[in-house]
Amino acid sequence: MHMADALLSPAVGGVMWATTAATIAFCARKTQRDLDDRKVPLMGVLGAFIFAAQMINFTIPATGSSGHLGGGMILAILLGPYAALLVIASVLTVQALFFADGGLLALGCNIFNLGVFPCFIAYPLIYKPVAGDGSSPKRLAFGATLAAIVSLQLGALGVVLETVASGISALPLGDFLAAMLPIHFAIGLVEGLVTTAVISFVWKARPEILAYSAVSRPLGNLSIAKVLVGLGLAAIVTGGALSWFASSFPDGLEWSMAKTSGQEELEAPHQGIHHLLAGIQEKTAFLPDYAFQSNEPQASAPEASAPSWPAVDAGTTTSGLVGGGLTLFLAVAVGFLLRRRTQFR
Amino acid sequence: MSHHIVEVQDLSYTYPDGAAAVRGISFRIHHGESVAVVGANGAGKSTLLLHLNGALTPQRGTVRIGDFPLTKATLRDIRRTVGMIFQDPDDQLFMPTVFEDVAFGPLNLGLPPEEVEQRVLASLARVGVEHLRDRPPYKLSGGEKRAVSIAAVLAMSPDILVMDEPSANLDPRARRTLIELLAGFHHTKIIATHDLDLVLDLCPRTIVIREGQIMADGPTRDIFTNDRLLEESHLEKPLRMQACPVCSGSMARKTEDAGSVHEH
Amino acid sequence: MANIESAFVDLGILDALAARDSIVHRLDPRVKVLTAAVFVLCVVSFDKYVIAAMLPFALFLSLILGLAGIPARFVLKRLVLVAPFAVLLGLFNPFFDRQILLHLGPVAVSGGWLSFLSILLRFGLTVGAMLTLIAVTGFNGVCMAMEKMGMPKIFAVQLLLLYRYIFVLADEGQRMHRARALRSFDGRGTGITTYGHLIGGLLLRTLDRAQRIHLAMLCRGFDGTIRTSRPPRLVARDVLLFALSCLLLIAMRRYDCSLLLGQFLTGLVP
Repeated sequence: MHMADALLSPAVGGVMWATTAATIAFCARKTQRDLDDRKVPLMGVLGAFIFAAQMINFTIPATGSSGHLGGGMILAILLGPYAALLVIASVLTVQALFFADGGLLALGCNIFNLGVFPCFIAYPLIYKPVAGDGSSPKRLAFGATLAAIVSLQLGALGVVLETVASGISALPLGDFLAAMLPIHFAIGLVEGLVTTAVISFVWKARPEILAYSAVSRPLGNLSIAKVLVGLGLAAIVTGGALSWFASSFPDGLEWSMAKTSGQEELEAPHQGIHHLLAGIQEKTAFLPDYAFQSNEPQASAPEASAPSWPAVDAGTTTSGLVGGGLTLFLAVAVGFLLRRRTQFR
Repeated sequence: MSHHIVEVQDLSYTYPDGAAAVRGISFRIHHGESVAVVGANGAGKSTLLLHLNGALTPQRGTVRIGDFPLTKATLRDIRRTVGMIFQDPDDQLFMPTVFEDVAFGPLNLGLPPEEVEQRVLASLARVGVEHLRDRPPYKLSGGEKRAVSIAAVLAMSPDILVMDEPSANLDPRARRTLIELLAGFHHTKIIATHDLDLVLDLCPRTIVIREGQIMADGPTRDIFTNDRLLEESHLEKPLRMQACPVCSGSMARKTEDAGSVHEH
Repeated sequence: MANIESAFVDLGILDALAARDSIVHRLDPRVKVLTAAVFVLCVVSFDKYVIAAMLPFALFLSLILGLAGIPARFVLKRLVLVAPFAVLLGLFNPFFDRQILLHLGPVAVSGGWLSFLSILLRFGLTVGAMLTLIAVTGFNGVCMAMEKMGMPKIFAVQLLLLYRYIFVLADEGQRMHRARALRSFDGRGTGITTYGHLIGGLLLRTLDRAQRIHLAMLCRGFDGTIRTSRPPRLVARDVLLFALSCLLLIAMRRYDCSLLLGQFLTGLVP
């Protein structure tokens, strides 16, 4: 699943963007140092191939529904992790810009979830050791399937953590995980089968391609170790930043945690958190938030809303509705008028 | 002007899977000549062409372009001298816009920006597609793509043009425009094609290849009147040289058919 | 995959829209990319229950679309198409967040429903911003801007190549899809083995094509780096307009314009 801008808080999105940007810069340097200029067109065209491959679907065995290729593992196997990450990032960028999959801010999360896990965890730690050079069909099938499952599980975990940490969705951590992981297990299984089918076809038809990709990009243990250390550091930094944000904006993470840990708070008002939030609202004073004031008018309404107006609960709500409606109307009208003008010109 | 000579001597090439595509080919092409390379599918035309600008290095024999033998050291100069026009223009137009694509080569030559721009505009004008300069290549028609890919090669100002099936996938008018365009070029031209009518228009000399070997090398008129040679090489007389079955009545064709039956 | 096919049609339409000429199109791509980023950041930084205060951002988008002469219908159509996903994202909020935050007359509205609406609105605004950006800038423009702002060159180059060959390969993919559909009946022939062969074949042809492209590059002096010409310069007008739009966006984020407007209007009515 793609992460969407709509579920993301700026803090989480920003941290993931920074992590991903650093990873891309690292991979770009690695790929450029490789000095194999054949790879420049190869990467671009393989990215386009992923889109083309997604136009063809297949029937998933025993279910009757249809699926299509994700492609992360295939790219990693064909290109090696560094170049593959760049290609996956490009595919996701195009999807974000044209197909409304994800978004600008969510791009960081998506590249991390769908790129870093297959390229730097599943490929070197699972596929390589299990599948070896790919000459044994059984090992290849097992390695590709396991790698696809693990990378999709990790990706799903990433989506869940990012969503919960952002706190826009009210879905609690446990429930979200319980929904996401099994679905992505199934998706991973299918992706693994597809990856196996495609790679073994290539292996039979043109073994030199896979041999080339295995030889020309030796994956020294050292560089992978470096990558893992780098990712670990990134994770620590991310975690630190997130917990810092979580402590200053506690609604998302802690609230969900509290709920999933079994405290029956569904109906009870979240007094503590809301008081805290209201306090932060006042202090940071980014804008007067009518929703909270209407909830606890006696606590925070008077000082937070624009003081020159009668700050009554119902009044604020009405004003919000009237103003919002009018703004929406204006949006439509402006579009309409400008459009007419351009047509007449 | 000896430096524009293309000389191939005893060239052989076998692909990794064991298919011998070229088996001992030799020829010599002089400055300003237009030469067609014809032959059946899989006869080895493309493999031969790939040697002419160093995309493949000879396994046996030599390729000389001008005064230089083709080696790693001379590769850069040879690629400047020999402009290669690919069969599928989509393979050749890889940049986002027509302008950038045509500028790709000159920029790689390290020319200053003003000269790059000047060369691009001149090449586009030479093939008559200045108006396409800002268009993305995938939006062009087949004929336009072909014209732009020729402009992209011209911008490198090569002395020798090597073309692989230049008229493939073109509609009749685009094909005619292409022939007129190519006829106006002063370059040495080597054209691999199945379009024998185009050969008739452009190339006084023809080399016939079959199974990696030269079957014939001589004046186009002589070769195209040699029925046995054409048949053995899986070729057919250009339509223009055949007795037209529509105008000259169906009788002519019938007698011909009857004759061939008798021969067998 | 009717969905992805229509997406490719849209790709072509977006490209045509980006090739138009308007005051927005003429702006430096960097300005547009950065403005879009500021826009998205402002929208996502709203609190989870905010609705009305976000609406001025729709006005902003509408203004840009209008100035650029892009039919809003196109953007709206895409939004409707992806709306089910947004609904799915937000649907859980009303179930898990039942605290009453608002009374509209007799109707009590829970936080969950507010945040659900908020998610829908966020989704519309962020996706709308993305489509607007691409429709007024074009993919090449966005890539160029990102490269100028520090994106690694090799990444930019292969993004451009990817975009260039999407059209060629999507065509190939579609042809294969049709060819198979014509010869498979009752679901036979669409299984995973056939699929593996199809995709494998497509992959091999793609690899061959990559090789030919590489050859074509070498023939024109390619040595590992792709050079581009005409570095576009930022002009004063670009900077000024960027500053203006940023100010506007931040002001819209800082002050609840809908609320102020509504209060003004309700204030007029005695």
